[in-house]
Amino acid sequence: MELEFDVVELDEPDNPEEGETAPDFERPLVNDEYWEDTSLSALTDEGPVALIFYPMDGAFPATYIWNELRDRDIDSNEITVVGLSISTPYEHKTLLQERELEDTEIQLFSDPSNEVAEQYGIVNDLDGMTGIDEPRTATFVIDDERTIQYAWVASEHPDFPDYDEFEAAVEDAAGD
Amino acid sequence: MSKPAITLYRLQSCPFCERAVRKLQEYDLEYTSRFVEPMHSDRDVVKRESGVRTVPVIVDENTGVTMAESANIVEYLDGAYGERAGSAGTDTTATAGSVAGERS
Repeated sequence: MELEFDVVELDEPDNPEEGETAPDFERPLVNDEYWEDTSLSALTDEGPVALIFYPMDGAFPATYIWNELRDRDIDSNEITVVGLSISTPYEHKTLLQERELEDTEIQLFSDPSNEVAEQYGIVNDLDGMTGIDEPRTATFVIDDERTIQYAWVASEHPDFPDYDEFEAAVEDAAGD
Repeated sequence: MSKPAITLYRLQSCPFCERAVRKLQEYDLEYTSRFVEPMHSDRDVVKRESGVRTVPVIVDENTGVTMAESANIVEYLDGAYGERAGSAGTDTTATAGSVAGERS
């Protein structure tokens, strides 16, 4: 018997591409101990940044994505690793604890308004959740001049990053 | 874009914290807000900075002062940035306030 299920095909994203400048934004950035308004440019001023847009905390893709990135020690590279979802800072604190990310330097941006995903052209409207949209899963590696070195955006939902490709891009950027 | 010299550790919806915020705004001071957890036991960062787990706590790099408790903070801000600022009565050598009273 063949299992039949539907993944949702998404429209072409309108995201900034490799070589372009990553749009700047400022949102509360949550670490294990507190959250504080932080801009992407403040992070890139310090060095390259890996930015992961992911579905809301608690959805299974969020769990799988962070388990995978944790197990790959993505944080061991000389690069700032930040996630972004529409979840609140309180939910981010819970995710950091439950995914055992508390002892890493990984931090999570909170964007309940989903305006950052709009800026990046990667909005995913959620069927059956009126009034809520979120970013589609996407990974960007951004250098210290805020130029995008690597970009991947999901073309269906759910979809997962190409972890090998992303990790290679992270290592490249960290090695510069 | 340089970071403000003043950092305020605060709890969302905490009236004691709002008191400190009002005073910072009254004197048009730039400050960074760091929001911490409702659970005292989860506030290691505040403990490290100030020696206590209560908020608000203010860290002022202009003067080297770190201080807890809203009443002390208000008094400190009045002294350091209010009309009396710079006058002989100003005492910016205060250290972290005692832990009495506030439960926020």
